[in-house]
Amino acid sequence: MSAENRRRKAEHIRHILDTEGDSVQQNTRVFNEGRYESTGDLDDYERLKDEARAIKEDAIERLPELIDEVTEAVEANGGTVYLADDAADANRYITEVVDGRTAVKSKSMTSEEIEVNEALEADGADVWETDLAEFVLQIADEAPSHIVAPAIHKSREEIAALFDAVFEPEDPPETAEELTRFAREHLGEKIRDADVGMTGANFVTADTGTLALVTSEGNARKCVQATDTHVAVAGVEKVIPSVEDLQPFVELIGRSGTGQDITSYVSLLTPPTDSPTFGDEALGSGDERDFHLVLIDNGRMKMRDDDQLRETLYCIRCSACANSCANFQHVGGHAFGGETYSGGIATGWEAGVHGEESAAEFNDLCTGCSRCVNQCPVKIDIPWINTVVRDRINRGTDGDLDFLVEGLTPDADPGGIDLQKRLFGNFDTLAKLGSAFAPLSNWVAEAGPARSVLERTLGVDSRRELPRFERESLADWFADRGSRVDPDAARERVTLYPDAYTNYVRTERGKAAVRVLESLGVHVDVPAAGESGRAPLSQGMVATARSNAEAVYEALAPAVAAGRDVVVIEPSDLAMFHREYGRLLPTEEHEALKERSYEVMEYVYGLLENGADLGALPDGDGERIAYHSHCQQRTLDLEPYTTAVLDDAGFDVVTSDVECCGMAGSFGYKSEYYDLSVDVGETLADQFTTDETADRTVVASGTSCLEQLDALLTRRPAHPVRLLDARRDRR
Amino acid sequence: MSVESIATFESSLDEVGVECVRTTADGFESALAPLLDDPAVGAPLPFDGVSLPDAVNTDPTVAELEAAATGVTAAGYGIADYGSVVIQGGAAGEEPVSLYADEHVAVVAADDVLPDMDAAFDRLAADVRDGAGQSIIATGPSATADMGALVKGAHGPMDVTVVLVEDR
Repeated sequence: MSAENRRRKAEHIRHILDTEGDSVQQNTRVFNEGRYESTGDLDDYERLKDEARAIKEDAIERLPELIDEVTEAVEANGGTVYLADDAADANRYITEVVDGRTAVKSKSMTSEEIEVNEALEADGADVWETDLAEFVLQIADEAPSHIVAPAIHKSREEIAALFDAVFEPEDPPETAEELTRFAREHLGEKIRDADVGMTGANFVTADTGTLALVTSEGNARKCVQATDTHVAVAGVEKVIPSVEDLQPFVELIGRSGTGQDITSYVSLLTPPTDSPTFGDEALGSGDERDFHLVLIDNGRMKMRDDDQLRETLYCIRCSACANSCANFQHVGGHAFGGETYSGGIATGWEAGVHGEESAAEFNDLCTGCSRCVNQCPVKIDIPWINTVVRDRINRGTDGDLDFLVEGLTPDADPGGIDLQKRLFGNFDTLAKLGSAFAPLSNWVAEAGPARSVLERTLGVDSRRELPRFERESLADWFADRGSRVDPDAARERVTLYPDAYTNYVRTERGKAAVRVLESLGVHVDVPAAGESGRAPLSQGMVATARSNAEAVYEALAPAVAAGRDVVVIEPSDLAMFHREYGRLLPTEEHEALKERSYEVMEYVYGLLENGADLGALPDGDGERIAYHSHCQQRTLDLEPYTTAVLDDAGFDVVTSDVECCGMAGSFGYKSEYYDLSVDVGETLADQFTTDETADRTVVASGTSCLEQLDALLTRRPAHPVRLLDARRDRR
Repeated sequence: MSVESIATFESSLDEVGVECVRTTADGFESALAPLLDDPAVGAPLPFDGVSLPDAVNTDPTVAELEAAATGVTAAGYGIADYGSVVIQGGAAGEEPVSLYADEHVAVVAADDVLPDMDAAFDRLAADVRDGAGQSIIATGPSATADMGALVKGAHGPMDVTVVLVEDR
């Protein structure tokens, strides 16, 4: 990205933060909390997700066959199925069916994707959006900012002002109730006079030709009932085998989306339906209702053939990945979205239906924090899809400046990758050099001229403090010092993985971890092992990540083979071992390492549970602590170990409840994303500056979290393992 | 039907803001009377010995539907866990009657109260295969949060009452 493009992107994000950020944040956080609460009430949440996943896997596997089956079923019911190759094909067909008549629509992202309104209007038809949010957007001439609640970026005041300006009512509606009544009445007339009702479909069952529509307002029901032609538009991926298969989705979709156990209406329609339709005055017979199911390919069958993008087709468009995403919560879909779709999974949709250029616009906003992973009702690995598409975007760009970095960045990825991404992707090399030349390298890096060059050429924001490299790495320190516990008398023998940050930058937490483990009778070894691959992976450099992973496995393999546990301090690296290595290493190597590797506080917890002496650790003595876990650590459900250990050791702990600190590795260093990173971080900082938390000692598990908190608070944060280190300076 | 399902159904209805009135076939008319605000529209009820009073218009015009204060329909079944009613039917106007009036009164036979979504989908699938053109799983009143706050009563009813006929 050029400096000019970076500047423009930063400006756009700042504009969205200023104009839409508050509304988006308020609404998405309600959805997010609602989802945790509503899914928490489900006894069999995990089983339902597994079922839903299995149904989608099977449906996409058998899609051509199911499309034939649903076609037969709909035709046997008296309807028509049209399989459209692309948007133009779909619009041509729908325009013919509508034939210049007035159409009323319920909300459908797929109809947004093909821009059917524009096609119909160009043909002289009137089209009215009847979903209240879509109606607001239609009269404001704006695009959806959220796939479920499309006008989430607009406040009540803005909607009132809009209605006032457009309709000039005598008694302008102001409250949410008044605005709703006003829109209902206005749209009621449109529905009464319309000839064609258009809907989407959340699911289509192949066995019976049944549409499931998940709604709350009742407008979709009205659009179908009041008119005598029903056109349903759905992507081909919406077809599932049978009516029974709807059950897990009906239980999951509302909970996962807006946090409702179920939405007001789940309509199962097997059209053409026979509800009486609206004549001029009397109700007319619904027996002659015409039904057209338009199934849209528009790139989906290609996605189905693509091993990496296929999972996207399992998506049920619930919006959980958007609502659980810290970046999305702060900017919404007008920054974190492409031509049609928004949020984490949008990268897959946009790359598949509109092309990689559309995905490239916002793909970087997925930091890989993984908070969406456990929220997805069909268990899509959304960060992975973002990584793969980023990798493809990297490979697709021109490599004009490649000669500048080729020698300096010994990565395995081919030319053409953005220089900024290569810089951050090769953190290991940078850290090694930085450490070798410390403190000189730190002075040079922090000097004004160097920062200005870094910002201009690589987009490293000069408002961020750079990591300060230690002259002596953790591995070197340990090699000199050696173990202080006799291996033969040891309770356990473990290998401490020296992740790149702990090894070169935050060596103090590595030393604390060694001393804490030793105080509990553990023999520790710290072998030289390289960067885990997290840094290149986050830049979409999959090939480099894989070669890093292979090198790390080679370094740790002897310990793993000897049956020793591997203790990891940096949660994002442990998450690599547990999650992403499944994609980068042979299955048996991934499983062996996953089986053996533990987060450091989780390991301490296990030692204490298994008889290690709590008395060997310093007494917390009621010290008040504010703890921020790490996004990926929480996804692996490892936060409770840290709080349990600190509680047991006598500390008084409160925790943050934000999804991510906003720093996310390199993200917060990038000049185009600095403002967003700080905006996200402020939410965390606010939680740690309340009356209850302002005087607490701040601890955080991740390097990025520590850097962000260090920048935003006046207290200096540390890793929680340092609280357990007898050498800790308590001043 | 089980006693447990009925109790769960009632408490789930309460959670989604739906009043539940328990009655018997004999007592139906007097139980319904206080729930009817004029003008009332309805679709004929399928339960033995249970019918709508004359005051309920079962053949409304479009204008009468839109002006209706109360709309009475049967519900094919109730789902105890969720406090949902499943509105079925077609030609007799169950869909517009349950959708246009300010308040929807759904009449459910106690025998048709199912414990959970699993049981409901067994029934739904069988009904669809038997030709049921539409089944609406309706839970509480229509709602929207699109205008800056949660509002009950969007395009559909703003109130829902369930009349549970215990001996049907």
